[in-house]
Amino acid sequence: MEQTNFQLKQQKTQSNDWSARLHHATRATREDWLGKGISYLCIGVIILVVASMLWFITSKGIATFTQNHVSLGKFLTGTDWAPDQGKIGALPMIVGSFAVTFAAAIVATPFAVGTAIFMTEISPNKGRKLLQPVIELLVGIPSVVYGFIGLAVVVPFMRSVVGGSGFGIISATFVLFVMVLPTITSMTVDSLRAVPRHFKEASLALGATRWQTVSRVILRSATPGILTAVIFGMARAFGEALAVQMVIGNAAIMPKNLISPASTLTSQLTTGIGDTIDGTLPNNALWSLALILLLMSLFFNALVRVIAKRGQLKHER
Amino acid sequence: MNKGSKLAMGIAAISLLLVGCGKATSSTSSKSSSSEALSGKVTAVGSTALQPLAAKAGANFQAKNSKVNLTVQGGGSGTGLSQVQAGAVSIGNSDIFAEEKAGIKADKLTDHKVAVVGMAPVVNKDAGIKNLKMAQVKQIFTGKITNWKEVGGKDQKIVIINRAQGSGTRATFENAVLKGASAVKSQEQDSNGAVQKIVATTPGAISYLAFSYFTNKLQAVSIDNVTPTDNNVENNKWKIWSYEHMYTKGTPDKATTAFLKYMDSKAVQNSLVKDMGYISIHDMKVTKDAKGTVTQN
Repeated sequence: MEQTNFQLKQQKTQSNDWSARLHHATRATREDWLGKGISYLCIGVIILVVASMLWFITSKGIATFTQNHVSLGKFLTGTDWAPDQGKIGALPMIVGSFAVTFAAAIVATPFAVGTAIFMTEISPNKGRKLLQPVIELLVGIPSVVYGFIGLAVVVPFMRSVVGGSGFGIISATFVLFVMVLPTITSMTVDSLRAVPRHFKEASLALGATRWQTVSRVILRSATPGILTAVIFGMARAFGEALAVQMVIGNAAIMPKNLISPASTLTSQLTTGIGDTIDGTLPNNALWSLALILLLMSLFFNALVRVIAKRGQLKHER
Repeated sequence: MNKGSKLAMGIAAISLLLVGCGKATSSTSSKSSSSEALSGKVTAVGSTALQPLAAKAGANFQAKNSKVNLTVQGGGSGTGLSQVQAGAVSIGNSDIFAEEKAGIKADKLTDHKVAVVGMAPVVNKDAGIKNLKMAQVKQIFTGKITNWKEVGGKDQKIVIINRAQGSGTRATFENAVLKGASAVKSQEQDSNGAVQKIVATTPGAISYLAFSYFTNKLQAVSIDNVTPTDNNVENNKWKIWSYEHMYTKGTPDKATTAFLKYMDSKAVQNSLVKDMGYISIHDMKVTKDAKGTVTQN
């Protein structure tokens, strides 16, 4: 249709040809518009989904405070969690979540950084052939499998070594340590590889030993990347539900030590959500826990951005 | 977390698509329903304790009525009750009376009792306990007794494994045993399966399970020398039991009515129910109402 029109016009007048060509979109331009339209549509849908999820969780999460008139302070600092009886102090879960997250990150980071150094500096060949697949395998294992191993192996082991029932923060830390290790390791490897080659060469040329080069130059300049890796690992640990729920014992009490049962925000959510009724306080309280989780993951993402920006500045200097 | 949110987005997107598809299929099925054969879509959601029975009975029902699309899902009694109240599903499965759940308008729902489940305390075999007094069970779960030697067992700390707050099994147990007292804060597990595994492997552990979850790896406890058996439930000598309910809202459609009738039929009650470890509603010699009052039939 468009081509016949064009041919007609071409036959009519040669002088008009150029003006027609210039005034009408070509096929290529139209393809351009179509492509643009499709990508905008996709972006629009994604933004819509994200925005509606944020809105949904937020509106549900604040219902505890707006409809049930629980004070925010009491929710965040109360230690008594019995939603059926109207007591919703979320502090035990908040503390539990942070405790397992930080503990797992603290334990996992040295292992992750050590592995990453081995893979990039000490033995890149073995690293690529042997360790890379192992780490990729660890990432692919579903969390329920980690939880099951935790329940069958880690919990009895902890029971015989440290006593108690075996359920508790220490078991959760152990399971999460294995789960966040691959995340932190692979991201640390990326950031170590991104260190400019001339940094290393200059350091070695100045007479620094290999260890000095690794510890003072490479690790130093990769620090922002490593921190980002750790935070990503923490974000994963903070949001992990199933595996933690299987080994932590789910007792909504303030954790006094590492070996008594505790609970996390996610473990309360997964255990409780099926037994609560929409629009009642126990249900709203769980949404409030979900809101805390959402805010924390936004916080982790923001933190990663801040660190990435700072890191860039350092390299430019 | 990042992965999780991506996944959630994916699910949201897929469910949007499914909603579209669902509309299309429902319109075609309503056309075909003019024929005589029973057809339609029945969804039963809720109690995980009732789920195995409902799923098996549902499969048998569907084998006879191939045009009926019957789905059974878990999710918990709370989910079942709230979904049926919202009109989202045809049947809400529950371990507890709708009257017992805050936020549920029980007068809007119709109760269909399809089976009875007995529950009993279970302990780890090492504790050396086979029988307890009702008062002792209460004292253990309220935290007044903390060592097995106080009730004639080993010198071993008691580890209480509770079910999640709001769980139907927990509500039944607490109604019958604690009678209003609140349980001591302890471990909570969200399924019978998890409780079964944990009690079997944790020294000093006590919890409670439906009869069908008993195994030889754990010790079911008699209370006041009454053993937890089906016969003792049927005449209410054993006090810890509850109905399995299927709730409907308003006037259920033909397919749902037919399924509920099938659940109450002898074919299900006399074989399937018993085979799967439940107690037939037909065998009960007593009736319990929502307030817990028991009357002889």
